[in-house]
Amino acid sequence: MKFYGTTLPNPLMLGTALYPSPAIMAEAFKASKAAVATVSLRREGSGGEGQAFWQIIKDLGTLILPNTAGCHTVKEAVTTAHMAREVFDTKWIKLEVIGHTDTLQPDVFALTEAAKVLTEDGFQVFPYCTEDLIVADKLLNAGCEVLMPWGAPIGSGLGLNNEHGLRSLRAHFPDVPLVVDAGIGLPSHAARAMELGFDAILLNTAVAKAGDPATMAKAMVMAAEAGQAAYTADPMEPRDMAAPSTPVIGKAFLT
Amino acid sequence: MADVQIIGAGVAGLTVATELVARGTDVRLIDRASSPGAHACSWWAGGMLAPYCERESAEEPVLVHGLEAVDWWDKNAGGVTRNGSLVVALDRDQSDLRRFARRTSGFAEVDAELIGELEPDLAGRFRTGLFFKDEAHLSPRDALTALRDNLAAKGVAIETDPQDTATTIDCRGLAARDVIPDLRGVKGEMLIISCPDVTLSRPVRLLHPRIPLYIVPRGDGVYMLGATMIESSQRTRITARSMLEMLSAAYALHPAFGEAEILEIGVDARPAFADNLPRIRRQGNTVYANGLYRHGFLLAPALAAQVAEHVLTGATPEFFDADHR
Repeated sequence: MKFYGTTLPNPLMLGTALYPSPAIMAEAFKASKAAVATVSLRREGSGGEGQAFWQIIKDLGTLILPNTAGCHTVKEAVTTAHMAREVFDTKWIKLEVIGHTDTLQPDVFALTEAAKVLTEDGFQVFPYCTEDLIVADKLLNAGCEVLMPWGAPIGSGLGLNNEHGLRSLRAHFPDVPLVVDAGIGLPSHAARAMELGFDAILLNTAVAKAGDPATMAKAMVMAAEAGQAAYTADPMEPRDMAAPSTPVIGKAFLT
Repeated sequence: MADVQIIGAGVAGLTVATELVARGTDVRLIDRASSPGAHACSWWAGGMLAPYCERESAEEPVLVHGLEAVDWWDKNAGGVTRNGSLVVALDRDQSDLRRFARRTSGFAEVDAELIGELEPDLAGRFRTGLFFKDEAHLSPRDALTALRDNLAAKGVAIETDPQDTATTIDCRGLAARDVIPDLRGVKGEMLIISCPDVTLSRPVRLLHPRIPLYIVPRGDGVYMLGATMIESSQRTRITARSMLEMLSAAYALHPAFGEAEILEIGVDARPAFADNLPRIRRQGNTVYANGLYRHGFLLAPALAAQVAEHVLTGATPEFFDADHR
């Protein structure tokens, strides 16, 4: 599956916030070879004062997906997206419009509006959304060609809270690249998301706040790749009764 | 002619001067102002000598050298309060407290009753916490001024014009980015408030996934609230959001902080290298000592001792950065 025409070398999108130091962040990227680095832009750095950190991110050598983390309105998100395009020279933008401070739940109405504005302006939008089918449909109508539903609230590490919803999203939009963004706390969550047929996972806290971020990043990419391989291998259907893998004829199986 | 001149009289320059003078070296100390003040990032420091707590996100040397720093400051500047520090979290953020406990050492778990004994004003407000009994705190401004005074008493006053000396030690912090391109600024914002209604006798950290806060008592009902950590070298403006978040966190710690008077707003950018550890570099006759990040008071004594040994004996210090010789 291509993300606005780009094929990713592996399904891991990794955030760049919350690490103990930029050096440890760089190690996590090196260990995992994460395909994409997401980065949030704060106004404080807009006058060029954040340049040193941005340069460290550019030096990671990965694809860069800037985001509008922390924006609560369409206007803020659009302004931040323009800043990001200038700083990182990319049309990609992970669009985040937060609707609630404690859950960091996306405001899907403002999100759709901002997605429309940005798409018309030439951006390639990766919207952080819920798993709601109607919201997904509206975002696609607004011009998005990728959807990034949450697994659970940002930073919670709770995994996939609504697996049915995510599965249903996959089934309804078989040709749209889908990314589970937020909520992944463990490699098993990452594997599960990929087993559902998702095309990538995006995470940050689970790696950045691990005791050993580099090892956790590696574990995440391994799990995501395993889940992806399993999905493409067409896994068996679970069943209630045991199914013998060797013939039972001639054995006293009716006892 | 003095043997050595030190450029910059913040926490790095003053500690280096103190260590060199203690070894009998003739030094000159150069800064744009004759006293420690708001132009130095260390002026705005919290003054926590909390190596165990810092180890939560910092590398091993911060713990090892931080432990030595408490005695160093007591001996060279005085004014160190050895009263431990307390870490608490609201009920909803208990997982942050468990994580903090896993990553640190040197603490005892305390329940509501013990928290009330340690800090009576926090009685009944928190169910669990961590008490780091061997940590300490000081008033950064008093400590810097004491170093300045002690140096002046030994004939080393802060001068404004650089001189020709055999060796120059560049302790300019973030200002040295003109010659140290891999140095970056990490912006910090802090507040000094007066709140006589609350009595705290030691630094208290309130853990929070987005807005961790520490509050350091400065005596007479005055407290330092800090500090933000933003990847930016901007060092003059505080945002409404930062102020709001710090004050909300203080209010969550104790509602009486809502009545506090705001005395000062501090903003600066900490000088840091990519691993957030300090470096000593040498180019010809100039030695660069920089990158103390948020650990100025914790690591400056070790940095200074290493610089002094290097200058006097040529020894290769632990913080020496051989790749940038």
